Amino acid sequence: MNPVFKIILQRLALGLLTLFIVSVVIFTAVNMLPGDFAEAILGQGATPEAVAAIRRDLGLDQDPVTRYFQWLAGAVQGDLGNSFAQANFASFVGTEGSANMASVANQIGPRFWNTMFLAGVTALIAVPFAVILGILAALYRNSAFDKFANMFTLTSISSPEFFLAYILILFLAVLNPMLPSLSNIYADMGLGERLEKTLLPALTLTLVVTAHMMRMTRAAIINLLASPYIEMARLKGISPLRVIVKHALPNALAPIINVIALNLAYLITGVVVVEVVFVYPGIGQLFVDSVKIRDIPVVQACCLIFAGAYILLNLTADIMSILSNPRLRHPK
Amino acid sequence: MSLWMQIVVVLLLCLAGGWAFRFAGIKATDGKPFYRDMPLSVAFGYVLGAVLLVWIVWSYYLSRTLPAPEVNKYFFFRIAIEGFIIFALFAWLFRLLGRSVGTSTTKKLFRQMPLTASFGILMILIYAFLAIFAGLLAPYGQEQIVPGVAANIPPGGNPAMGGNRDFPLGTDQIGRDILSRLIYGAQNTVGIAFATTCLAFFIGGSLGFLAATLGGWLDQVLSRGVDVLMAIPSLIFALLLMTIASAWAGSEKGLLTFYMVIIIAVIDSTRVFRLARAVGANIVVMDYIEAAKLRGEGLGYLIFKEILPNATAPLLAEFGLRFCFVFLTIASLSFLGVGIQPPLADWGTMVRDLAQFINFAAFAPQVASAPLLAAGAIALLTVAVNFVVDWMLHRSSGLKE
Repeated sequence: MNPVFKIILQRLALGLLTLFIVSVVIFTAVNMLPGDFAEAILGQGATPEAVAAIRRDLGLDQDPVTRYFQWLAGAVQGDLGNSFAQANFASFVGTEGSANMASVANQIGPRFWNTMFLAGVTALIAVPFAVILGILAALYRNSAFDKFANMFTLTSISSPEFFLAYILILFLAVLNPMLPSLSNIYADMGLGERLEKTLLPALTLTLVVTAHMMRMTRAAIINLLASPYIEMARLKGISPLRVIVKHALPNALAPIINVIALNLAYLITGVVVVEVVFVYPGIGQLFVDSVKIRDIPVVQACCLIFAGAYILLNLTADIMSILSNPRLRHPK
Repeated sequence: MSLWMQIVVVLLLCLAGGWAFRFAGIKATDGKPFYRDMPLSVAFGYVLGAVLLVWIVWSYYLSRTLPAPEVNKYFFFRIAIEGFIIFALFAWLFRLLGRSVGTSTTKKLFRQMPLTASFGILMILIYAFLAIFAGLLAPYGQEQIVPGVAANIPPGGNPAMGGNRDFPLGTDQIGRDILSRLIYGAQNTVGIAFATTCLAFFIGGSLGFLAATLGGWLDQVLSRGVDVLMAIPSLIFALLLMTIASAWAGSEKGLLTFYMVIIIAVIDSTRVFRLARAVGANIVVMDYIEAAKLRGEGLGYLIFKEILPNATAPLLAEFGLRFCFVFLTIASLSFLGVGIQPPLADWGTMVRDLAQFINFAAFAPQVASAPLLAAGAIALLTVAVNFVVDWMLHRSSGLKE
């Protein structure tokens, strides 16, 4: 078998194993809650009978291992349980339709795609921007432009997301009304309008993730510039831009792709704060709201999704860096 | 769309200007190599830089001269420019001071220091000073609601604009002095972040060195455990654990803050563990460790007297970066409403409470500046620490390119 294929399979298996263990960690953490779900739903004034009834309904009278596998089996099939907050609401209304509303999967579904849309728009802006900036900084290294880009990216990466978000809102939405400061996105919205409302959060996230990618691109290219074949290309009389784009960049691609994937993974954390600032109806906002009202099934599910995406992107970074290594791609 | 057209036109004009600049340079200097060999892109860069500089100066001029309603648009721009110049000036003065005062080692250090690093050191000193003497510097208490003072007084201290001279930065939504809360925020936010980082380093560092020295199954167990914990994004994991902690703490807000310190310290100690273990593993194979083992030294001696002194430099740089991450995590948690709990003054919480005032920026810029002050206080410290760490890493790596 091709060794690359084997390594990739190994990594995939390792990723699945990690995801499994992470789900155990999440489940265990949630089970450390004092009392249990039933008491949490009913509040302190609940009668023992009512608590027992709910426990039976939710399957809480079984032992934790059984419950874990039930939850996992459900999660794999896309059934993430019922939301407490919505369940309370549903029990007040008491109709079939509202019981359907209570399922976590129904709540997360549309929001998940909104978040993916935001992350996608961010990646489309940030990746070319960062790579071009990095190439330019490598081309004109130690110039005023390089120093300025370095300072700017360092500043933007070390500021909290909400600071960048409010600065952008201040200048692009309030003082110069060009973009909307609230991202109230709903399902049947045209792509243009949706893009316009997503642009400000996407720009904020771009500022957050650009720095690493730009610095890594610059460092990877500069590292290569000392090698003999670059010297040769220079002596042939090729222009500096061509030396970098044609000769240095392909060999610097592995670390660059790696850092891009890692930063997209970082987006997942950044998305939470940015969604809250812009009231963007994504999964991060749902997560924070659920944390505040202790809606455990939603918290659990969101956590699992975030961790899954994070593991997937880290895995992609791993596999990409293997694939971009020619020695592994063409075994002797 | 006309805005984009304007930008494109300006860029094209810059390109033409670059060509003209180069052409004029060649003609004026009679073909000096600097102009003759200049690529068009570099000439374009010079002209673009010049245009941006002119634009900034022009906007600043407008911000000083325009009448009242239009000037609001440039208020924050003016503050940013003036702040930048003042900070740069103070950083320069501070570096000058460092170059002429102190021992020969510190003098040498300051001579090689870029302006960004001296700015960072100056800011860290100021924050440390504020945090330590917050009780003496703040005009009011952090939870004190001054009797007879209105809530939501705008910053500026100008009575004509609705301000109050006794409250230069105004009051918040329940009438507490924002200046005092900002100063106390240095104590609470920075202090808690610092304690958390120290705890994370204590846990991660000692476990990492233990794993490196002892190896075997302990190393395997700890390393795999850390792998799993690092597979969950840290802010997400912190939020999950804070949900549980808030249930444990119940109505005791102080206890929740304590739990938060523990939770973030444990999550961040995984990153410290990785580094400590890697650094430790490189040191453990040295001959002097072998010699110490043969002398019959105990584990404590090995870790504290042999490994730790040799691992200080990378750990110190990591401490700065880790502090930034912890500080930003705590600020984010507070901003989301699950971090440091009121009534303690905290910058993240202040931003969240005052955020809606940003929407008034167009007609009352002073009002909008209140939330940005708190957010700016967070950003300034992390930027300062990052500048210093960047410089330290640059120095220690010997990277001169």
